Amino acid sequence: MFMYEKKLQFPVRVSNKDVRMAQAVLNQYGGPDGEMSASMNYLTQRFSMPLNETKGLLTDIGVEELGHMEMVATLFKKLLHGATKEEMTEAGFGGYFANHETCPFYLDSSGSPWTAAYTQAKGDPIADLYNDMGGEQKARATYENLIKLTDDPLVKDTLRWLREREIIHFQRFGEALRLVEEYTAHKKFY
Amino acid sequence: MNVMYSQQNQQISQQMMLQTIMQYQVATLDLALYLDTHPNDPVALYRHKAYSSQLSKIRDEYEMLYGPLNNYSIETGDTWRYIDSPWPWEQEWGNK
Repeated sequence: MFMYEKKLQFPVRVSNKDVRMAQAVLNQYGGPDGEMSASMNYLTQRFSMPLNETKGLLTDIGVEELGHMEMVATLFKKLLHGATKEEMTEAGFGGYFANHETCPFYLDSSGSPWTAAYTQAKGDPIADLYNDMGGEQKARATYENLIKLTDDPLVKDTLRWLREREIIHFQRFGEALRLVEEYTAHKKFY
Repeated sequence: MNVMYSQQNQQISQQMMLQTIMQYQVATLDLALYLDTHPNDPVALYRHKAYSSQLSKIRDEYEMLYGPLNNYSIETGDTWRYIDSPWPWEQEWGNK
């Protein structure tokens, strides 16, 4: 079952509007290594996990990633708040605005729509956990790129938080992988 | 003048209280994720319990003052305050 809590995990603040930055952060909303891809990966892979530990972990991290999606969407909105028609056109945002106004939509920053092709559910727990670890690294790298793209310290704060959580997730998945590998090796003796 | 000042104060109190809840929640969640792969770690269990009970207390206080944070908390007001502003993507901290 899913519950919603009416708050963000971590505060999202911006010093000033920045249409270009808004477009860039959209990658972490509907892009290949974004929060939605991560969440959808984990929330479906958990159905083929053999251990309670990994069922728990994939469920809980999958849910946390939904909360991160919400943070990215909030960042997107705040970065666009008060943007003028001129600012939008200059940033190449006119096309997006025509289709979606300032509503976050499931695209990457080049306009490609989100697709299940960004996810994997091999059903094999070891393959899936290795995939998830790779995904967390890609997300971390993307956040580092985004941090470089802005000078706004408030925006950097939020992006740094999200980056740190990816690193923690990577560590947890590493532990899960070790548990699954031990379990699988143990089984082979029988 | 006085009304504005007290409104601002209310806003700041709401922000500070919510921020405390968020902090306790992050601490609790981080321990929960660790416990998912280390279910028998006694230190982690103890810490989770400590943060969780603090969280519970301050949530109850917040919800009594500002309304429920989810559909399942008790609404102690006269209206369904769950839908009241600010929504999470409208929440400001200071004035940002």
